[in-house]
Amino acid sequence: MRGLSVKRLFYGLGLAILNVAVIWCAIYLWGVQSYGLLALLLLGALALNALFIFPGGYPYRYLAPAAVFMILLVIYPIVYTVYVALTNYGTGNILTKEQVIQQFENRYVLDPDAGNYTFRVYENAHSDRIFLFTAPDGRLLLGRSGELEDVTGRDEADVIPPGYSELERRDVIRLSTELSALTFEYEEEYQLRMRSASAFALYIKQYSYDAGRDELVDLISGVVYKPVNGAFEAPDGTRLTPGFRIVVGLRNFQRLFGNPQITGPFVRVFLWTITWALLSVGTTFAVGLFLALLLNDPHLRFRRLYRSLLILPYAVPAFISALIWQGLYHTEFGVINRALEFLFDTRVPWLQDPFYAKVALVILNLWLGFPYMMIVCLGALQSINSEMYEAALVDGATTWQQFRYVTLPLLMVSVAPLLVSSFSFNFNNFSVIYLLTRGRPPIPGAQTPAGHTDILISYTYRLAFESGRGVDYGLASAVTLIIFLITGTITFINFRFTGALEDVRENV
Amino acid sequence: MYRRHTFLSGLWRHLVLLLFVAFALFPLLWVLSASFNPANTLVGQKLIPTSPSLDNYRELFTSKQHPVALWIRNSVVISIITSALVVSMTALAAYAFSRFRFKGRRTGLFFSLLVQVFPQMLAAVAIYLLVLNIGKLVPALGINTHAGLIMVYLGGAMGVNAWLMKGYFDTIPNSLEESAMMDGATPFQAFWMIILPLARPILAVIFLLQFIGTYSEFILASILITSSEKYTLAVGLQMFIQDQYASRWGVFSAASVLGALPIVVLFLLLQKYLVSGLTAGAVKG
Repeated sequence: MRGLSVKRLFYGLGLAILNVAVIWCAIYLWGVQSYGLLALLLLGALALNALFIFPGGYPYRYLAPAAVFMILLVIYPIVYTVYVALTNYGTGNILTKEQVIQQFENRYVLDPDAGNYTFRVYENAHSDRIFLFTAPDGRLLLGRSGELEDVTGRDEADVIPPGYSELERRDVIRLSTELSALTFEYEEEYQLRMRSASAFALYIKQYSYDAGRDELVDLISGVVYKPVNGAFEAPDGTRLTPGFRIVVGLRNFQRLFGNPQITGPFVRVFLWTITWALLSVGTTFAVGLFLALLLNDPHLRFRRLYRSLLILPYAVPAFISALIWQGLYHTEFGVINRALEFLFDTRVPWLQDPFYAKVALVILNLWLGFPYMMIVCLGALQSINSEMYEAALVDGATTWQQFRYVTLPLLMVSVAPLLVSSFSFNFNNFSVIYLLTRGRPPIPGAQTPAGHTDILISYTYRLAFESGRGVDYGLASAVTLIIFLITGTITFINFRFTGALEDVRENV
Repeated sequence: MYRRHTFLSGLWRHLVLLLFVAFALFPLLWVLSASFNPANTLVGQKLIPTSPSLDNYRELFTSKQHPVALWIRNSVVISIITSALVVSMTALAAYAFSRFRFKGRRTGLFFSLLVQVFPQMLAAVAIYLLVLNIGKLVPALGINTHAGLIMVYLGGAMGVNAWLMKGYFDTIPNSLEESAMMDGATPFQAFWMIILPLARPILAVIFLLQFIGTYSEFILASILITSSEKYTLAVGLQMFIQDQYASRWGVFSAASVLGALPIVVLFLLLQKYLVSGLTAGAVKG
């Protein structure tokens, strides 16, 4: 009984802490209007509470930790990717509409016909500051914590409270960054702000937002801006920056398939992704199988030694290998070009030329991947019954015929699904591409950062994080969804093929 | 299929194999040699360095600007913590899938299989924005924190690991736990004191696969970690060598050798176990 109550206490305490944290987060999320995450958080918290309060929730308690992380960091990002793909999220459209309106309403411009307000600054021991302004018309204004008071005609000693002393010129200059952030409310829509190190001036509020009519009015020119496609737009078509984030439906996909400057490079990237994945699987499998056939020979001497040495490239982390190979491919000093120069008196622009960059990638990936295929094929070869070969020999089959009609079909039964997953893996093999070529050389004339060796995943990475012309999360997410669709379909077919789904059904 | 060969056909096989061994080993030997070459440059490097020294290795531990030893430590610490947490979480989940019968069990299993279809790195943009927002709420889990990166890695804990482990748990007979529960053990005690000790081999395999995977992970770390002293080796090494091959080749090589060593040793020692896990569907990065 004692154990039970300790357990209860433990659960109770844990849930209490959890709930306090959840409420704290919920208040924050409500404040920043992140309603999607808020709903997820509350549902999750409710579910966790239920699991630990009701005895029927017992089995689910074991699943809770893994499920929490999976929902937050795999499933939520996928859903969020779908959402972002339907928005214009990116440089120029980062903020929400409310934030953009707030930004415009805080924008003040120098009043064109206002003169300079000279000023003196007084400071006390606590670094509280008060200002004395002399207006162009000679009035004297006292500035204090953002407010102004007309003190014309009064004596300086009378206005400045005791304990304050005037700052010297050079101190004012030293403080100028700090001072230039200060604003004093003059009257409605007018503010006094620092203009230069020696003077303040009147600034007029430029924009005012009319919530009822959903318009932004330029108070100086009178132009009325209306929200059109994620930015405020004047009747003559001028658009104000920054714009804001809105749902744009399928427009990102339309850009991908309808804008020649984006579509052209995208199609090239897409075709190279497929070619790359096929070449990777093809070359590694061919070499891996060939070596496996050689090594499977029981009469071969040093079999184990060969196997251990040939496996080494696979044991090195791929990111290190890719960077090493970049050094080997170095055009001027790389060992490969030095050898070519010595033998054939020629150099190859491995990483600068679109064609050779692709060749370089395929060779690197062959080096990285053939040991895996070799291991897989060796395993599969050993499981082929030797009686099959005896039967083939009796029928008079040649070595080639044995391979073609006995070895290969039987091997494929177990290896084919692995070839398909290898295809999906290479389809998304970001690190090899990125660490060897970074997608370079660039495709000329592309509106988005696309290179000759970019595959879809590295293309999205560059769209989202590396473009010189700003980031485009919306378009990057749209491409991501296309990748999801393709890898998803391939994997699904593979599951059907291997019966993994049937496994789930029977296994339960 | 295989007959005893004549001398010539045997020689032919060995020549072909030696050619591939050379292909496999040359880049590694070349880097090993560069790491001992004090010239620290690609220019004029020879396979056998003329005056070998440990200067490049010393640089890894002393350079303030490029703290490679620190990056390796970061990578190792992050990988150990991630793997330990992944193994614990997966073991709990797999135990439930293997031993309890509850509503949604089938769906849960199916789901963990389905999730693998979507590699986490594909949602990198969304993960970046999510971590950015989490960081505003809990700075310790935000951008440029190791805890935040580990948290992201934990998202991929379910999936193939849960399947591998559940399969192993299924092979452990139920009778052991039943007799323990007869003696008054709770299901959790049965899991902790009976199942876990028996499942040690699969726990080790998943720990190591996860360790190697995390150690080699590049894309998420490069997005989420932004300051030099917090880089993992993958991010730091890439930043260090980018467009600097001519002038940093030696130190880079030493860093590669030192950084690859733990993984290569682990891999070769545990080949037998790892290969079975790898061929079951996991693909090493």
